[in-house]
Amino acid sequence: MTRTTRTATLSIALTGALLLTACGGGGGFEEDSGSTAPASASGPVDLKMLIASSGDAETNAVKAAADAWAKESGNTVTVTVASDMNQQLAQGFASGSPADVFYMDAGRFADYAKNGSLFAYADQLKDNNDFYESLRQAFTYEGKQYCAPKDFSTLALQINTDAWSKAGLTDADIPTTWDDLASVAKKLTTAKQAGLGLGLGIDRVGAFVVQNGGWWLNEDGTKATAATPEVEEALKYVQDNVKAGTFKFANQLDSGWGGEAFGTQKAAMTIEGNWIKGAVKNDYPKLKYTTVELPEGPKGKGTLQFTQCWGVASDSKAQAQAIDLVEALTSVEQQMAFADAFGVMPSRQSAADQYKAKFPEDAPFIAGGDYGHGPVNAPGMEQVVGDLNSKLEGFGNANLPQVLEGFDTNAGAVLTQ
Amino acid sequence: MSTTDTAEAPGTSRAPRRRRGGKGSGQRQSVAGWLFVTPVLVVLGLFLVIPIFMALWVSFTNWNGRGSPFSSQVNLVGAQNYTALLTQEGLSRQDFMISLRNTFYYVIGVVPLQTILAISLAVIVNQKFLKGRSFFRTSFYFPSVVSSVAISLVFLYLFTGTGAVNQFLGIFGIDGPTWFSDPRGLIHMIGGGIGLWSTDAPPDFLANTQIMNLSLWEWLSGPSVAMSAIMLQVIWTTAGTFMLMFIAALQDLPTEVEEAATVDGANAWQRFRNVTVPHLRPTILLVITLGVIGTWQVFDQMYVMTQGGPAKTTLTPAYLSYTAAFRQQQWGQGAAMAFLLFILIFVLTSFQRFVLRDKDDAKQKKAERKQRRAAKKKVTA
Repeated sequence: MTRTTRTATLSIALTGALLLTACGGGGGFEEDSGSTAPASASGPVDLKMLIASSGDAETNAVKAAADAWAKESGNTVTVTVASDMNQQLAQGFASGSPADVFYMDAGRFADYAKNGSLFAYADQLKDNNDFYESLRQAFTYEGKQYCAPKDFSTLALQINTDAWSKAGLTDADIPTTWDDLASVAKKLTTAKQAGLGLGLGIDRVGAFVVQNGGWWLNEDGTKATAATPEVEEALKYVQDNVKAGTFKFANQLDSGWGGEAFGTQKAAMTIEGNWIKGAVKNDYPKLKYTTVELPEGPKGKGTLQFTQCWGVASDSKAQAQAIDLVEALTSVEQQMAFADAFGVMPSRQSAADQYKAKFPEDAPFIAGGDYGHGPVNAPGMEQVVGDLNSKLEGFGNANLPQVLEGFDTNAGAVLTQ
Repeated sequence: MSTTDTAEAPGTSRAPRRRRGGKGSGQRQSVAGWLFVTPVLVVLGLFLVIPIFMALWVSFTNWNGRGSPFSSQVNLVGAQNYTALLTQEGLSRQDFMISLRNTFYYVIGVVPLQTILAISLAVIVNQKFLKGRSFFRTSFYFPSVVSSVAISLVFLYLFTGTGAVNQFLGIFGIDGPTWFSDPRGLIHMIGGGIGLWSTDAPPDFLANTQIMNLSLWEWLSGPSVAMSAIMLQVIWTTAGTFMLMFIAALQDLPTEVEEAATVDGANAWQRFRNVTVPHLRPTILLVITLGVIGTWQVFDQMYVMTQGGPAKTTLTPAYLSYTAAFRQQQWGQGAAMAFLLFILIFVLTSFQRFVLRDKDDAKQKKAERKQRRAAKKKVTA
């Protein structure tokens, strides 16, 4: 019977949020012009924090950090782990009483900044310039940085060392250019193993675009620039290698992502972020591999960065306290504690040396902080990026100029809105 | 559903008594009746009727998900959310049309097969000489009871490239596809297989004729391999529920009728074709109606297994509506999609009821109406 009521259920889900609003009477609608003074509730406040946790380690670490701040400041913090972050955030914003502090992904951030859900507080942070420039850029909408980067990850090249030595390769052969990468991939390719296994979508092949000096949008995210030689050549390079059979995408290797293809040894190399450490440790403990920086493209080094920030709601009644909490959560010591607990990289440059000393094997990842590029972060782009990704699924046969022009058309329609 | 029935019960049983009692007692009883019905009305109103009207309102606004959709900041945009889906060249219409195409193939695949499977299972289970009937009944019904999310996860593993399904196919020397990441359309593949066209270079008139953002070639793709795997799962899980309905109907079929048919010399197939199926007609109508409604609304499987991929071939209107609202913050468009889906289902169901109506019955009613009109005319004359 549930099947027959599914539309009803969906419309309830859609409108459940609205109903709450109707009862609540909506929240305040103060427009944010420049840097507004934060709303500060007097007396001890109870801050609500909504996080999307990767597991118990992360949940406990965040809870411990929040509790420590609460104890010191005399407030309380309630940490909630979201089961569906998008949905729970949306419900909060619609009801007019969202969580005060929450994880906000760089890829989604612009949509929420545009509709006024986020409080721009970055200029009120003590040490804002210590965050990596590219990360701050990832949370900038219309020239204004909104929130403090929580941590970040970058892409690097993972190499299966057994396959490497079996192919007669040595440390001197570690690829530093596109040509190197193509030639080692060729040497590593066997009947059962692709040279390089790549995850689907522009979140992986985009690294090559950055290395070729291109990007999907222009610098301030107002114009689509995919149909340019920089982007097309980069994708062409990948496509040529896919056609040659030395690069393969995860779906060609019956894998969900690059790490799976790498772990099951269907690919001798892959391009993934620092999360692959945990995955290999848990799922493929016997795999021997090393991580190196991505090879340089024609326009120098380049990688992709993925990051989240500590969002503060513009409808929060205790923004001053929330900012204070964010200060505590983004301190160098606290970021190092998070790094210890669940393997994320600190978003502060001043923590980089400490991090490298403690996790020397992660040096290739943290190096990406200096030259990496954040995700596409213009509002309304999710659907456009999704469409591009779906058209690039059959990468080997994709008509690149046509696909890229289609992206520009679609993105142009969204960006001029 | 059951609450509605019990709440309405006093109202129906009241009717004959009112005629006997005085006017006062009738009024008191009607007050009592309303009192009994009130909780249901409040619950339905609060959680169904009001939200539906709120969603209808949202579908005509540019509400962005922040604060109340009824606040002064939210502007009415007329039918803009609808025109973006239907008449404006753009990504929104393209995705909506893709989702309609996918679901169309899904519905024509699932509804007939699940109905036929349900009838067959019901007839088998209803055999009097079958031993362990209740065991089979339970096991056929079992998939319907299990959560669709749990089943989806199991199917995800069964249908991986090296999963159980492909290993089984391997026994017969068939190299199975990587089901859930295979966007190839079945009609494309079959057409290519029998030499009708080449899937790499489709015929020009198909590839170049654009209708509503998709080329004729894309419209004709058929369900993708990934979608077919989902269809298999849905047929398997829903057939049990519908089987129960058929069993209930079969148990209403008097044994004498079948015996009489046997005496008349009908064989098993003739009995099934000319006695059982006509008797099941109302149930078939019900099952197909429920099937059409349910399949057009398919959501869980896409949400759990494919998120619309590979290459958007498992995108459905319900899932697209969800992503438009909750991920892209285009709440108006999400709501508009839900209402377009409602209209589509409404029209299709009405059409299908019209096609499958009992023609003899309709003829009889028509004749009766004619007679009555004639009688009236006579009286007035």
